[in-house]
Amino acid sequence: MAGDTLRIYVPNDTAARSVGADAVAAAIERTAGERGVAIEIVRNGSRGLYWLEPLVEVAVAGERVAYGPVTPDDVPGLFDAGFTTGGKHARHLGATEALPYLSGQTRLTFARAGLIAPSSLEDYREHEGYRGLEAALAMDTQAIVDVVKESGLRGRGGAGFPTGIKWQTVLDTPGTQKYVVCNADEGDSGTFADRMIMESDPFVLIEGMTIAGLAVGATQGYIYLRAEYPQAIRTMNTAIAAAEQAGYLGADVCGSGRAFHLEVREAAGAYICGEETSMLESLEGKRGMVRYRPPLPAVKGLFGAPTVVNNLTTLATVPIIFVRGGEFYRDFGTGRSRGTLTVQLAGNIKRGGLVEIAFGRTLREVLEDFGGGTATGRPIRAVQAGGPLGAYIPTSQFDTPLDYEAFAEIGAMLGHGGLVVFDDTVDMGQQARFAMEFCAIESCGKCTPCRVGAVRGVEVIDKILSGQDEAGNRELLEDLCGTMVDGSLCALGGMAPFPVLSVLKHFPEDLVAR
Amino acid sequence: MTEAPASAAHAGTIREIAETRAAVPGALLPILHEIQDQLGYVPDSAVPIVASVLNLSRAEVHGVVSFYHLYRRTPPGRRTIYLCRAEACQAMGARDLEARLKEKLGIDFHETTSDERFSLEPIYCLGNCACSPALMIDETVHGRVTAERLDSLLEEG
Ligand SMILES: Cc1cc2nc3c(=O)[nH]c(=O)nc-3n(C[C@H](O)[C@H](O)[C@H](O)COP(=O)(O)O)c2cc1C
Ligand code: SF4
Ligand code: FES
Repeated sequence: MAGDTLRIYVPNDTAARSVGADAVAAAIERTAGERGVAIEIVRNGSRGLYWLEPLVEVAVAGERVAYGPVTPDDVPGLFDAGFTTGGKHARHLGATEALPYLSGQTRLTFARAGLIAPSSLEDYREHEGYRGLEAALAMDTQAIVDVVKESGLRGRGGAGFPTGIKWQTVLDTPGTQKYVVCNADEGDSGTFADRMIMESDPFVLIEGMTIAGLAVGATQGYIYLRAEYPQAIRTMNTAIAAAEQAGYLGADVCGSGRAFHLEVREAAGAYICGEETSMLESLEGKRGMVRYRPPLPAVKGLFGAPTVVNNLTTLATVPIIFVRGGEFYRDFGTGRSRGTLTVQLAGNIKRGGLVEIAFGRTLREVLEDFGGGTATGRPIRAVQAGGPLGAYIPTSQFDTPLDYEAFAEIGAMLGHGGLVVFDDTVDMGQQARFAMEFCAIESCGKCTPCRVGAVRGVEVIDKILSGQDEAGNRELLEDLCGTMVDGSLCALGGMAPFPVLSVLKHFPEDLVAR
Repeated sequence: MTEAPASAAHAGTIREIAETRAAVPGALLPILHEIQDQLGYVPDSAVPIVASVLNLSRAEVHGVVSFYHLYRRTPPGRRTIYLCRAEACQAMGARDLEARLKEKLGIDFHETTSDERFSLEPIYCLGNCACSPALMIDETVHGRVTAERLDSLLEEG
């Protein structure tokens, strides 16, 4: 690293920019110019400490020192305080890595997030990048799948299916053309982990998908990326071009003689297209109608070919498993939930952000120790876990440990790890109504219980809230939920009732006439 | 809806977009995206053109255009505001923001102001849920949006 130029890191992540990072970068540039200070601004990704964004860092004696949240107005004062060499200031937070929010985490998948410049393949390589692929290239296909099995990695997209077993099916299914599809549709409210990887460490996804391709014999990969993430689309496309240029993608991956091509496909704003078979229909250029199964996508997926479909965070976790070994990864976690969970603290939370920790800590620990309670300072009343199809969890269940099975036991789900926090001003009747409304808007229309049931659900809740035959309509609502749960083809119609039922069970005082 | 008079000029553009991508596997969505990028929306007149290039029925193409929320069927205003209506933003006051925005603009979702400055669309999560409430104007996301910030964003328009 050059000794003379001062490096200043200003995140280029969507969330950081949404709260002013570009203006801060411009103010630093301008002020440095005025004062004749030679600096280099590096637009890194985000550390995921979103409540501190814009979080500016400087490199001092090989260590990163943080300041945040910084506004453009703070910038002249920061220069006065000598922040370029770590000087004290009201926004001074100390060494970034020593911040309890970060030092209390186990960053495996997100180790590089915020550390490196996402546009730089060189930076990636200097931080263990492409070491996993190197290891995988020396193995045969079965050995690669075995490492993933050994790691205990389960899908991070919601269902928690063992990744190694899915890959084994694709490997064992004969086919001249196979595919790897990355589910980057990240539709759940309260989640941003996939976006953060794409914007902060895009090469780790490319590397993970390449390893998946080698493992199962797929030569083409697609990233199905939601249109709501324009910046992630740009970052991924830039990174793919750089990887192609450097020979990490293409007809001859790293001179191995094996091909892997990768392409971003932009989605078009339908939540149901996060469901894997609907997503495959969409990639084929059709309406996102859910498919009956069997056949599984692993056997008959994209264009009828054997296809690995994995969530983005799942695929981005693969490289570290190959750098450190399956056993290393499996040693984190609890029970059948191995490795790390990416919690995303969202909504009404004081310290919102990304928290990667081993499975097994309780919900309360995460909400309090990391989250610090609500942003409004009022008591927490409910947390919705696992996206719009997840139950609302009351405070009495906050001692539940974060693992797939423990959550299932209380009728909740971890899903993609999003925790949306509400304070005591929340109207749970409105939240129940929204669950049904969302299902009605997003239903693919294939089955009646979902398509018609959700619309009916909204009507029935409206009747309850307006005082029409409350007892009768509450009973009707429960029946309707049961019909949707039992009679829906996929989890949209099958689980949209869960938040509603959780309100009926834990917050019945809000489902009354007002 | 009557067709915009520019539709004849659009026809050439649409055909070219479709033809250059026809060989791509699953070409329909990439084609529709490109049409919307260039024209701002997917006019009804695009349906028969794209259908003939891809050898699909008009009903199939129409079915796809209407299935996906983010394809517009009418020209947008100069700027499009996508307001996040999802839960994390609800927890931080998105419902109030929605009411204020609709009142200030005098329009509902899926509408455009009469001066054609703004179109308003709902969106379900921008991945900015730790800095909610959030909205996106064209491709720029704004977080921790207060009523005052909303007003100034509309003025900057
Ligand atoms: C309605 C619905 C929406 C879904 N949305 C997503 C999504 O946005 N992202 C995702 O990775 N998985 C989503 N899933 C789960 C996928 O169907 C699938 O299980 C997942 O992509 C498999 O990857 P994994 O095994 O790595 O988790 C959704 C499922 C349903 C039923
Ligand atoms: S449950 Fe709803 S979204 Fe799922 S297949 Fe049926 S209609 Fe489609
Ligand atoms: S819920 Fe609004 S940005 Fe995610």
